[in-house]
Amino acid sequence: MPLLNSYRVIYSSFFIALIGAIYPLPLFLNAFRPDWIVLVIFYWVLALPHRVSITHAFVLGLLLDLLLGSTLGTHALIFSLLAYFVSIGYQRIRYFTMVQTTLLVGLFILFTKFALYWLASSLQDIVLHKHYFWSIFTSMLVWPWFFFFMRYIRQRFKVS
Amino acid sequence: MIAFSVVLFLADSQFNLFASSRIYLNSLVSPIQYVADAPQKFFRTISENLLTRQALKDRNMQLEKDNLFLKADRLLLTQLQNENKQLRELLHSQRNFSAKRMITEVMSLRSDPFTHQLLIDKGAVDGVYLGQPVINEQGVVGQVSQVGSTTSRVLLIVDASHGIPVRVQRNDIVAIVHGSGAWNKLNLPFVQSNADLKEGDLLVTSGLGGRFPAGYPVAKISRFDYQEGALYAEVTATPVALLDRSRYLLLLWNDHQYTESESALDLESEDASAE
Repeated sequence: MPLLNSYRVIYSSFFIALIGAIYPLPLFLNAFRPDWIVLVIFYWVLALPHRVSITHAFVLGLLLDLLLGSTLGTHALIFSLLAYFVSIGYQRIRYFTMVQTTLLVGLFILFTKFALYWLASSLQDIVLHKHYFWSIFTSMLVWPWFFFFMRYIRQRFKVS
Repeated sequence: MIAFSVVLFLADSQFNLFASSRIYLNSLVSPIQYVADAPQKFFRTISENLLTRQALKDRNMQLEKDNLFLKADRLLLTQLQNENKQLRELLHSQRNFSAKRMITEVMSLRSDPFTHQLLIDKGAVDGVYLGQPVINEQGVVGQVSQVGSTTSRVLLIVDASHGIPVRVQRNDIVAIVHGSGAWNKLNLPFVQSNADLKEGDLLVTSGLGGRFPAGYPVAKISRFDYQEGALYAEVTATPVALLDRSRYLLLLWNDHQYTESESALDLESEDASAE
C-alpha cells in the first residue's frame, strides 16, 4: 500500500513539526525557534504537490492555532496562502539553486510574520519585539539541512 | 479554502462563535501538548529525584520551620476571621471567602507570540471554568481564558487585553489595572492627577468585577507622574507575582456569593470606577 505508506510518513513529519513548534525552550532561545511548520509545508508542497496541498496546510494551521491559543484561522489562513503560492510555482522553484530556495524560504517566512502581526494587530493592540523576526534567519539556516534530510527520508521510505 | 479561513477568523474574533466548541477542539490537540511537554517533565522528575540526603534534610528542616511559623500565624488568623465575621454581621454585610482551590502545574509550552498566556494541566474534567481566577503564592496571575477537557489557558494580567479592578491597599482608592503587553508593566488609566497615590503602593483586587475575589495582591505602583493641568495621571505598576517563572499556580473557585448589602456599601467606589 504505497499510498498509505506515503501518508504515514507525511503525517508523522507534520506531527513532529507541530511538536517542534510548541516544544518548550528557554526564553532567550525561544525567539530563535525555526518555523518548522512553514518549512514542512514548503518542502512537501514542493516535492509532492499532488499529495500535500492547501487543505493540508489549512488543517495544520488550524491545529497550530489551537496549540498556540491564537484566534482560530490566523495561521490556517496564512499557511493556506503559502501552500497556494508554492503550488502555483513549484515547477519553477524546483529548478532554483539551494541559495535561491533558501532566500525564498526567508521571504516566505517574512511574509508570514508580517501577515500574522497584521492579523493580530487588527484584533488588539500588541507590542512588537525586535526578536520577533530573528526566527527568519534560523529558519533560513536550518532549511538546507532540513531539505536534504527530508529528501533522504522521502527516498528512504519511497514516498511518492 | 482561503475564503473559509477568513470566515473562520472573523467568526472567532468578532462573534466568538467557537466558545462552546473550543473545549472539544482544545481537547483534540492536547495529546500533542502532552507529548511536547513530556521530555521536560521527565527531566524535571529526574532532577527532583537526584538529591543528596543532606540537601533533603536541609530542605525538610526549612519547610518544618516555615510550617511552624505559618501555623502560628494561622492561629491568629482564625481569631481575626471570627472577629471580622462578627463585625461584618453587626454591619449586616457578609462576605464569604472561597474555600475551594486547586494546585495546577504550568506546561511551559510556547504560546502565541502576541498574547501573554500560560498553559496549565487542569481542564473541564477538574471543574475549571472560563474566567476563573488564577493566583500563585505571590499574587494574582490571571484568569482562565480557554478551557479544554484536560488543559486550559490562563490569560495573564500583563496581556494587553486584560483588565482587573483593584484598590490601593493604603487608602482604598479604586482603579482598574490594564496589561501593557510587556512582561513586567501594567497601566492604570483614568486615575485623577490629584489622586493620593505614590510609588510602592500595593494594589489589591477589589472584587468589584465579581470575578476575582477581593483582597489578593496584584501589583505595586512603579511610577506616578502627571502633567500640569492634565486630567489624568500617568500611572504604571509592576505585577507582584513573578509571571514568567512560576511553575505551580492555584486555581480559585469563586462562588459568586456577593451579597446585596456589600455591593450597596461599595456603591460609592463603583461609581468612581465606572468612569
